[in-house]
Amino acid sequence: MKRSVQSVDRPVRFEQPLLLRLTHWLNVVLLAGMIASGLQIYGAYPAFAERGADFCCWPLAGKRFPEAVRLGGWLAGGLKWHLFLMWGFVANGLVWLGWQIGSGEWRRRAFRPRDAREAWHMALWYARLRDRKPAYQVYNGLQKLAYTGTFALGVLAVATGFAIWKPVSLPLAEWMGGYVWARFWHFLIVWAFVGFTIGHLFMTLVVDREATRSMIVGAYRDPALEKPRAPAPSPPAGEGDARPA
Amino acid sequence: MPDRREFLKRAASVAALAAAGCGWDGGPLWPLLRAWDRPNEWLQKSLAPPGGPRARIEAPGSESAAFPQYYISPMMPRVDARIWRLEIGGMVARPLSLSLADLAAMPRVTLRLRHYCIEGWTAVASWTGVRVAEIARAAGADPAAGFVDFRSFDGGYWSSWDRQSALHPQSLIAIGMNGAWLTPGHGAPARLYSNLKYGYKSVKYLTGVRFVPERTGGYWEDKGYDWYASL
Repeated sequence: MKRSVQSVDRPVRFEQPLLLRLTHWLNVVLLAGMIASGLQIYGAYPAFAERGADFCCWPLAGKRFPEAVRLGGWLAGGLKWHLFLMWGFVANGLVWLGWQIGSGEWRRRAFRPRDAREAWHMALWYARLRDRKPAYQVYNGLQKLAYTGTFALGVLAVATGFAIWKPVSLPLAEWMGGYVWARFWHFLIVWAFVGFTIGHLFMTLVVDREATRSMIVGAYRDPALEKPRAPAPSPPAGEGDARPA
Repeated sequence: MPDRREFLKRAASVAALAAAGCGWDGGPLWPLLRAWDRPNEWLQKSLAPPGGPRARIEAPGSESAAFPQYYISPMMPRVDARIWRLEIGGMVARPLSLSLADLAAMPRVTLRLRHYCIEGWTAVASWTGVRVAEIARAAGADPAAGFVDFRSFDGGYWSSWDRQSALHPQSLIAIGMNGAWLTPGHGAPARLYSNLKYGYKSVKYLTGVRFVPERTGGYWEDKGYDWYASL
């Protein structure tokens, strides 16, 4: 597991800034509300085909989602919630993006083409197809890919959402292959979010629990810093906590 | 596929469930959610000015093989077209009482448009009729009337529009569909048709068009669907 191999050369010490933690947890609530109200809206016409036509690519047409995962009670309620939370979802994303750019943090968090190799090596390492863990600081390439990718997913969710909300006023739906396809893309993005969330929960609750802690309280305590492998000299009396500042 | 009536039944049962505590519609937050229609209306008007150019005419031959019929009455509303009249009133200089022949004699246009139902389905049809703007001109509608109210003989179904959208060149009083006279299933003798707003705004089985100073809600709008409902 990561814990045993993280002994590596560069112990990580950093802190998740308050603004990042706030936008993260707000996003959890907003995204859950967007998805639940979206599934409610979907239930009004649980299919994609234009009337009198077939749609190739959705085998579960006609099936609705259980009441327990829907928000809004009926179509109008679902729409009201969706178009209310939408503002928060977009605003939260803009605050997050503004912070990334304003603070310069994007430099060590954003995925860039040159990170692809490291992301691949991390994936191999997690799959136990590679012995040596790539060395990295704060975020590895795979993390950068995941977090940058999920932001891109948010942008696509908003773009496809506006495409189907304003198919006559805006040319977006046309660019996405027409209204039927734009609606389908919007729907698929939900499952991409769900897939990301499952992977994200596994990584932060099972593989690196310190990441969960840092997303709540801020400071990331690297096990390598907390428990040095070499027998440590006895700490000075009093403050013996090696918690990174 | 569920039709609109099945949807109505489902909506009623879901409303009953909501009352029982399941399928939460927001409860005490519902008034806030409804009030939020106004910021959303502002956003919609920012994205596309109501009177602005918005064509999206569909390609010839793209008419859908099926087009759902929908009405709120227990039975399909029908009227004898020989006695039917469309009353144009409200803030107008010359109130009109138009027969189907009168309408058919007015300048006509045919537009092939995609119909967007708020449920999420679409269907294409070509619609032939008289522009609402043409009727407003004929009746001498007062520019101070900022809204247009559309009434029907379908169990009291109605809707109201902002004037600019109603007088947009893509808003018609349709009397023909796909090259034939309008059938009772689609709102005969005459219905409002436009691709600027969701289907529930295009009132079928028209009886009256009134130019009014205030928005007058609508059948679905009063239940919770968006009033502005621009596409």
